[in-house]
Amino acid sequence: MSVSDPQAWNPADPRSRPTREQVLAGLRGTDAGGPELVQLLTPEGERVADPRFDGYADDVDAESLKALYRDMVLVRRADREGNALQRQGQLGIWVPLLGQEAAQIGAGRALLPTDMVFPSYREHGVAWCRDIDPTDLLGIFRGTDHGSWDPLEKRFHLYTIVIGNQCLNATGYAMGQRFEGRVGNGDDAPEGSPDEATMCFFGDGATSQGDVHEGFVWAAAYDAPVVFYCQNNQWAISVPLERQTRVPLYERARGYGFPGVRVDGNDVIACLAVARWALEECRSGNGPVLVEAFTYRMDAHTTSDDPSRYRLADELELWKLKDPIERVRVNLVREHGVEQEFFDGVAAEADEMAARLREFCVNMPEPAPDRMFSEVYAEPSPLVEAQREEFLAYHASFAADSGEEG
Amino acid sequence: MAVLTMAKALNDGLRKAMEADPRVLVMGEDVGKLGGVFRITDGLQKDFGEQRVLDTPLSESGIIGTAVGLAIRGFRPVCEIQFDGFVFPGYDQIVSQLAKVRFRSQGKVPMPVVVRIPFGGGIGAVEHHSESPESLFAHVAGLKVVACSNANDAYWMIQQAIATDDPVIFFEPKRRYWEKAEVDVDTTPAPLLRSRVLREGTDVTIATYGPLVRTCLDAAVAAETDGTSLEVVDLRTLSPLDLDPVFESVRRTGRLVVVSEAPSESSVTAEIAARVQQECFLSLEAPVLRVTGYDTPYPPSKCEDDYLPDLDRVLDAVDRSKAW
Repeated sequence: MSVSDPQAWNPADPRSRPTREQVLAGLRGTDAGGPELVQLLTPEGERVADPRFDGYADDVDAESLKALYRDMVLVRRADREGNALQRQGQLGIWVPLLGQEAAQIGAGRALLPTDMVFPSYREHGVAWCRDIDPTDLLGIFRGTDHGSWDPLEKRFHLYTIVIGNQCLNATGYAMGQRFEGRVGNGDDAPEGSPDEATMCFFGDGATSQGDVHEGFVWAAAYDAPVVFYCQNNQWAISVPLERQTRVPLYERARGYGFPGVRVDGNDVIACLAVARWALEECRSGNGPVLVEAFTYRMDAHTTSDDPSRYRLADELELWKLKDPIERVRVNLVREHGVEQEFFDGVAAEADEMAARLREFCVNMPEPAPDRMFSEVYAEPSPLVEAQREEFLAYHASFAADSGEEG
Repeated sequence: MAVLTMAKALNDGLRKAMEADPRVLVMGEDVGKLGGVFRITDGLQKDFGEQRVLDTPLSESGIIGTAVGLAIRGFRPVCEIQFDGFVFPGYDQIVSQLAKVRFRSQGKVPMPVVVRIPFGGGIGAVEHHSESPESLFAHVAGLKVVACSNANDAYWMIQQAIATDDPVIFFEPKRRYWEKAEVDVDTTPAPLLRSRVLREGTDVTIATYGPLVRTCLDAAVAAETDGTSLEVVDLRTLSPLDLDPVFESVRRTGRLVVVSEAPSESSVTAEIAARVQQECFLSLEAPVLRVTGYDTPYPPSKCEDDYLPDLDRVLDAVDRSKAW
């Protein structure tokens, strides 16, 4: 399937760039994904056809759409709870995903258990799909650990905070999948060892990093089965997309020699379909693939950020009309006759989960004081061990002192 | 016992490691058909195939970053950085990922990656080909940093480094690649993370590593003719340092000269001086002296003989230590 037509590419095409009027109005044209945008569910909740990708979503019936809806509502609720916990001093920082639920749940539900994921630091929705409970994310933001899950067991690497680093790590992992012969076997794959792919998450800001470009080069050079899944949420903290690129991001793929697709990142069905296609391309040996999920960061970059200093509220208002969850709710009601009882049930479940998250957060144990000396090396370093002994003796000296006084 | 150049000893060591473990990969710029610019990987691609000896794109961050991913997948990559001064595009991946993945995952994801770096000067090269950046790595928690000084150590240390479940930055003294020595392929000289006394002496202790071990051994021979007995310690491991043999020696001699090509400020030699004064304070008869490269960028090669510590500068420091 040829998704991207090389002949259609025109670097002078200004369609992704804002007009002067849009800039002045603070709208920057970010709401328009352009004619290449893959969309299967409109913001108004209408299911529309796309001959290229319909086949990757034809199993999405009322039940599976309800499941996607539930995923998005729960993930949004966990996200809002994380934000609130930070505001109440229970977390040092939170990184909101508000607005990116469809981009993440669509991609996350396209993955198979045998695929591997390399997240950035905002992928709470993808983590959810990898069976990582939201409570497992809290330690990172409360400062008790750097990620509590087993990356190899979950096939979901730890959050990567240095922008773009994970694109090379993901490419290397995918090279390993190919070296092990886990690509392109199709139905001949050995029992229990199906073909595999790797999915790498990053944002529009990361596309200016050398590691992302090098990842593209290496993945192309080694035919690595990696889906580069860029969530273009229009803002890298305060820096808008037009400071990162002259061309739509998905078009960059052509320069590296692999296909790029722009999908409506607020359309969970389209994200699911495009991600399934991209992963299947990689598993069957046609990787790599670039997917640009065109979405919007509806909240701040982190709880330490203040978007009112650099963008106008109008832009957010425009994107609220494209809300990823609301359009699914409308579709479920109108096209599938889903009753209010279902939505109430999901809302109640979300509240329960939020309460559980809060309860867990405020009761999290502090890490052992000498945690920092553990697992620096596989073979313990005599220097670190000596420092641990010194540290423990120093602390014990206070206990001894207070014991004498008492 | 075979007599081999250090280059051939490293090549043999890599070959043995690759034979012993099919998860070992060699990757870097020009390491395949060319055998590397120093021919250290000569013939390996022919024998192990392009999937185990990778001629990579020309990007050092890519070499380290993909090696991290391959290690997560369970491979044991051995990366070659072509020259010391070219490692810095990969420094971010080394410091941010390679050194920290194990700690961050609380031990769940080991990082058995070796990064080989030919280092040091003395070959008349252009800029960026003669640097000694080892202190920049020794300062990073999570990395092990070693330097070989002779063919026998090179043969064993490269295999030991590859067998280690921690990332190892493996410095090779490029100007010693073609010096020959006896290599005992049956008996390992020492564990990877141990320093060794290469020459016993009684008057002044010399601690050094990499390319200047040969220089210091020559200095010891020269000093002997003047009636001065030098004890020479080859540090071998720079992080963690194994200083017990140095402490033991200094307690006997009371004098220490630390020798390195790298600039002196905030360096491995500075760390050694600090630790020795802490451990051997009452044994010292003179301050710890250092003979190092200068705190300048590495100079044009016509000046490098003046920049690099040589036999005379080592002996001058020995004299100053004795005269204190």
